[in-house]
Parts: sequence; structure tokens; C-alpha cells
Amino acid sequence: MADTTAAVPWNPRRSAPGALARLLDNKAFLVFLCLLPAVGLLLVFLTYPLGLGIWLAFTDTHIGRGGEFVGLENFESLWYDQVFWNAVFYTVFYTLVATVLKFGLGLWLALLLNENVPFKSLIRAIILMPWIVPTVLSAIAFWWMFDAQFSIISYVLVDVLGWRTSYIDFLGTPWHARWSLVFANVWRGIPFVAISLLAGLQTISPSLYEAALLDGASSWQRFTKITAPLLMPILSVVLTFSVLFTFTDFQLVYAITRGGPINSTHLMATLAFQRGIPGGQLGEGAAIAVSMIPFLVLATLFSYFALSRRKWQQGGNDE
Amino acid sequence: MNRITRRGTLALGAGAMAATTFGARAAVPVKDATAPRQPIENGATLRVLRPTKFVDADETIFRENTAKFTAQTGVQVRVDFAGWEDLRPQTAVAANTGAGPDVVVGWADDPHIYADKLLDLTELAGYLGQKYGGWLALPQRFGKKWGTEQWISLPMGGTGAPCVYRISWAKEAGYDSIPTDHEGFLKLCQNMKRNGHPAGFALGNAVGDGNAYCNWLLWSHGGMVVDEAGKVAINSPQTIAALRYAKELYQTFIPGTLSWGDVNNNRAYAAGEIGVTQNGVSMYFSLKNDPRTAAIAEDTGMMRMPTGPAGKMAENVLLLNAMVFRHSRYPNAAKEYLRFMMEQEQYDPWLIGCGGYWSHPLAAYAESEVWKSDPKLAVYRDTNTVEFWSGYKGPIGVASGSVAADYVVVQMFAAASSGQSTPEEAVREAERRTRRYYRS
Repeated sequence: MADTTAAVPWNPRRSAPGALARLLDNKAFLVFLCLLPAVGLLLVFLTYPLGLGIWLAFTDTHIGRGGEFVGLENFESLWYDQVFWNAVFYTVFYTLVATVLKFGLGLWLALLLNENVPFKSLIRAIILMPWIVPTVLSAIAFWWMFDAQFSIISYVLVDVLGWRTSYIDFLGTPWHARWSLVFANVWRGIPFVAISLLAGLQTISPSLYEAALLDGASSWQRFTKITAPLLMPILSVVLTFSVLFTFTDFQLVYAITRGGPINSTHLMATLAFQRGIPGGQLGEGAAIAVSMIPFLVLATLFSYFALSRRKWQQGGNDE
Repeated sequence: MNRITRRGTLALGAGAMAATTFGARAAVPVKDATAPRQPIENGATLRVLRPTKFVDADETIFRENTAKFTAQTGVQVRVDFAGWEDLRPQTAVAANTGAGPDVVVGWADDPHIYADKLLDLTELAGYLGQKYGGWLALPQRFGKKWGTEQWISLPMGGTGAPCVYRISWAKEAGYDSIPTDHEGFLKLCQNMKRNGHPAGFALGNAVGDGNAYCNWLLWSHGGMVVDEAGKVAINSPQTIAALRYAKELYQTFIPGTLSWGDVNNNRAYAAGEIGVTQNGVSMYFSLKNDPRTAAIAEDTGMMRMPTGPAGKMAENVLLLNAMVFRHSRYPNAAKEYLRFMMEQEQYDPWLIGCGGYWSHPLAAYAESEVWKSDPKLAVYRDTNTVEFWSGYKGPIGVASGSVAADYVVVQMFAAASSGQSTPEEAVREAERRTRRYYRS
């Protein structure tokens, strides 16, 4: 040890570190530097489009010509716009009903699949089918099934079974059309919920169920005291995603009804597109899209805070 | 790539012209005209966007003509076919981003929305007009920038929407032809419905059929969206009368028309579910060419819808309007392509192949074989002479295009027909929406 130090002449006068080296030694600067790529990506691909969208909502930009700042004029006009309020109503309705149905049926399906059934993996793969098929493809299939003249559903009910005398006007009357779209959305959405919840179910240790069985718990008690609370964290995440997907749905509605009959099935997303792109009023379209933000924030906050309460998850009560 | 000179191109073109002129088919009458000098840029390639076909020949002959252009000039051309409702958004994206197709064969209003992003086509239009007997009324209106003599687009053809009906069913209802007045037409539809043959007119967001039916209702009753100065004038007694009439006519419809797009009436008619509708010639053709439905074609008549004030034809025409974007790197190639497609060696086979589906915009083509081939087609020949246009009676521009794209008129009639709103409520809502588009 001593030999080596003696061999290398020790020079106490190191050259003073350069400005760059000093800068890089600065922890705050280094943190900033390392974050820069990520921040840059976020700014370019997230903040800029979102910011531009919000800015457009306050202008009267039209496709093919720039716009001027008009303040709240777009929102003011929307306030008196029956079609817009219709779209708000249907978006909320669509999201609520479809989500409740998707979760009810999805949870049920997950519980069934969690049992020991033969050909388990094959069945699971089949369940995923509606989720895998491209949306537009399944939308076109539904479009045919809901056709006013050539619907297979009407055909079976009228011509085969003779239960009805006239064909059902699935897409021609507002409420039929609304429910038809909810049905199509539920059909598509169930696999996502079921498979996600199934993953959650499989993380629950079987020993908990065994202990409960020994204590003489009924299957309902096992569900409410073990399954439900332990499933809650994943449920809240899946619910958040599902609500966001449903609320911002576009393809199904656009491909099946294009918002008709008489705008009764416009979602906010489809209306924003209709007004913004084919209608050319980018500003108003952006205003409709921006109007979705408060709803989305609310929905996200709700699923996070209401459903991921720690105490409830662990079987305690809220005070 | 082959080096193609301008002279070589001309020689090839002349050869092709000679081949067809002296061929079996009689040519349309042409006058002398000098084609504008548009030397094609070296290494030019083009992208063309147009609406999807409704008759097969529309695509095959369009592609053949394009291939001919490539063979003669060496310019590679890629043609994309977009769904009818998707064409507008795609045009909008091309206009806004300054990228994508060089040539868009869009809908009538679209060039007027993007007027300042388009190449001037005055010289080309002048040449074609001179050579082929002049442009018809509607193409003139839509080719020129409003109020000027500057051509910003080249109308390529228009599909009209006369009444298409089953001859035997109309006879059974007591009519040998389609009545020229509204009352008679309503009676006819009522009688046919009673016999189990309802009418079917699209009231959904359908670019072609929805606008065709609803604009006919509005114009034939003397209504208009805006006046000559572009002032909103939809809320008029004429419009209310049209809405009342529409509501009564709606009672004779097959269920489901509120959700109908552009294909539904074709399907329902081919299946014998409806006896009266409005359509382009495409439906008649597909019926005629399919042995299973040839009998229906035989029994199909095509006549004018009841006319407007002073007996004027009041049918909506869906016009194909080709434009060249300034962002094109090969403007001359693009213009040459359009010229090539409009010359009779290419245009006439296309017109004939489509059975007159895209009725000619240039007067000389009235002599085309297609109009002599089947007497039933005659009603489509004068399609482009119509004096009503989308946005009648005001200027064509951003606002008129947007009102059409947002289906303001269609939805007004749909709301009143279905009873969702009273005629007065429906027209007030349409007025409010129209005002917003025409505000500045």
C-alpha cells in the first residue's frame, strides 16, 4: 500500500474543474438534464396537442382558414345547442349503462372462469375474441344485424319464430338506436373487464378461502368478505380505464349510426368530429372535445378515491 | 424511368385519338381548341383521391384511363378510393396539413372551402369548354370561384336523383307515370303503401340520398337556405309548407328511413321492399346486370320528381369536383392528368361504362352513345342543367359547404317528419344552426 503511493507522485494541485464539469456536478442541474428527454416527449406529444386543442376551443378556426380568439363564444353557442346537450346526455347515459353492464357481466364471467372448468385456456382465449376483432369490423357486423330491413334478429323473431309481426327498427328510432349501441359496446367491452378481473382473482391466495371454509363461511360470505375486498384495487383501475374508454368511444357509434337518427346517438366525441372535421368548424369541435375534460377528470377522481379506500379494501368500515 | 418528352406524349395522344375517332364508336362533336401548355415535370408522380365507386365500371375504367395516362406520360399515379362520407374529412386533412393527394376529386362545395389552397384551372377549363361545347349550368356554378370568372376546380360529372319507381306497382296504384305535382305524388305514394309497397327516401346522414331527398323537398316548395346575399332565409312559409308535406309523405315510408345511409334504399329497392325512391342510375344498372334482379330492372321507371315553382327541375345533384392542391409538387402533371381524363378518348368510355351515372358537365357529351343506349336513361342526361345548388340561393363557400356537411337541412326534415319536432321548431333549429355557419 505504502509502496504504491510512493511510486505515483502525488500531485495535490489538481486542475480546477471546468465550468461544464461543475455544472454537471450540480445535482439539481443533473436531475433536470436527465429528465429533459422525458419532459420533451411529454411536451411535444402530450402537452402541445392538448394545449392546441384547448386553444382552438377559444377561437373560431375553420378548416382551411385560421381563426381569431373569440373567448367563450363557442361554449356560449353550445350552451343553447340542443344537439350538444343531447350528446352530453347520451354520452353520460352510454357510459353509465354500458359500464354497469360490462362490470356486472364481466365480473360474473371472471368468477365462472376462475372455477375449474375443462378446456380452461381455450375458453379464455375464445372469450377474448370480441376484444381482438377490430372495432370497425365488429361495428359493421352489428350494423347489418341492426339493419331495418335485413336484420337477422328481426328475421329470426318474425320469420322463423313468428313472435313479432313487424321488423324491429333498431337504428331508426332514438331509444332503440341508443340501446342497440350500448349493447354493441357491452359486447365489445366484456372481455377486457372479465380478463382483467380474472387476473385479479388469481392473485387471491387459496389459503384465505380454505381458512374461511374451515370457519364455516358460506359462498356469499366468501365473496363479500374475501373476493370483493381483495379485488377492489384492480377493480378500481379497470373501472377507470373502462369508463375512460367508453366515455371517449367513437368508432362504434360513427360506424353504426353516425350519430343518427336525428343526432340522438351522437356522443361528445362523434359530435366533436362531425362539427370539427366534416362540418369544418374546428373551433367548435375543439370546444366540444374540451367539454369532455371535466367529465373525464370527475370520473377518474371518483374511481380513484371512492374505490381505492384502503380501509374498505381491508374489510374495515368507513368512518 | 423512361424519358418521355412532351412531343412524344403528344404523338402518343394523337395516335390514341385517331384510333378511337375512326373506331366503331361515334365520337362526340368537338370544336378546335388549343390545349394549355403544361409541360410535365421530370420524375413526376401523382396521388389522386376520389370517392368510391357505386358502379363497377366507375372504378375499372377510371383505373384504365389512369393506366393509359401513365403509359403515355410515364407519370406514376396512385388512385385511392375513399368512402363517400370519409372523403370530406380526408380532403380536409389534405388541405390542412398540405400533404397527401395532389388531386382530390371531391364533392361540389369542397373546392370552395379550400379555394385559397388550390391551383387556378381557368385556362384548362376554358380549353375544355371551348372544345366540348361549353360547360353546363351547374358545373359553371361550382367550377368558378363565387362571383368571379376564375375556375378553381373541374367538375367531372354529377349524379342526379330523379324518382325511381316500380312501373307495375304505380299502375296498380292508378298511375301510369310520376305526377308532376306534389299532391299527386303524395297520392301515388299513399296508394302504393296501401297496396303493401311503401316508399323509401333516406332521412339519415347520407351524403347522396339524404341531401337529394331533402333538398328536393325544400327547393320544389320554393324554399331556400339563404338568399342571394347569403342572408339566412330558411325560416319561410315555403319551408314550413315543405316540412308539413314531408311529414305526410313520411307516413307512406317503410320503417327505418331515419337511419338510412346511402346504400339502404338500393338494398331495400332491390329486395322489393319499397316501390318508390330517389337514386342515381347506379341502382338501375346493378339490377339490370344481375340476372336475379333483371326482372325488377325491367319493371323500373325513372322520371323527374315533382318540379319546383315555374316547372323547374328541382333535383339535387351530387357533383364530382376535381381540384389540384397548391401543395402538389407536380402541378403541371396534375393538370395534365385532369385534362387527359376529361378528353373524349377517356371521358366517353367512362361515361358510357358508368351508364351515365356521373352525368357529363360538358354540353357536347349529350351526344354520347350512353344516352341513346337505353331510353330509360334519358332522364339522367340533363342532370347538370339544374339551376338549384347546395346552399341555394346564396354563394357557394365555406358556409354552404358546412351547412351541407353538417346535414342541417336533412336533419330539419328528419326531425319534422318523425314528429320529434313540430315544423316550426325544426325550422327554428335549422335557422339557428345555419346562422352560426353564415355568421361572418
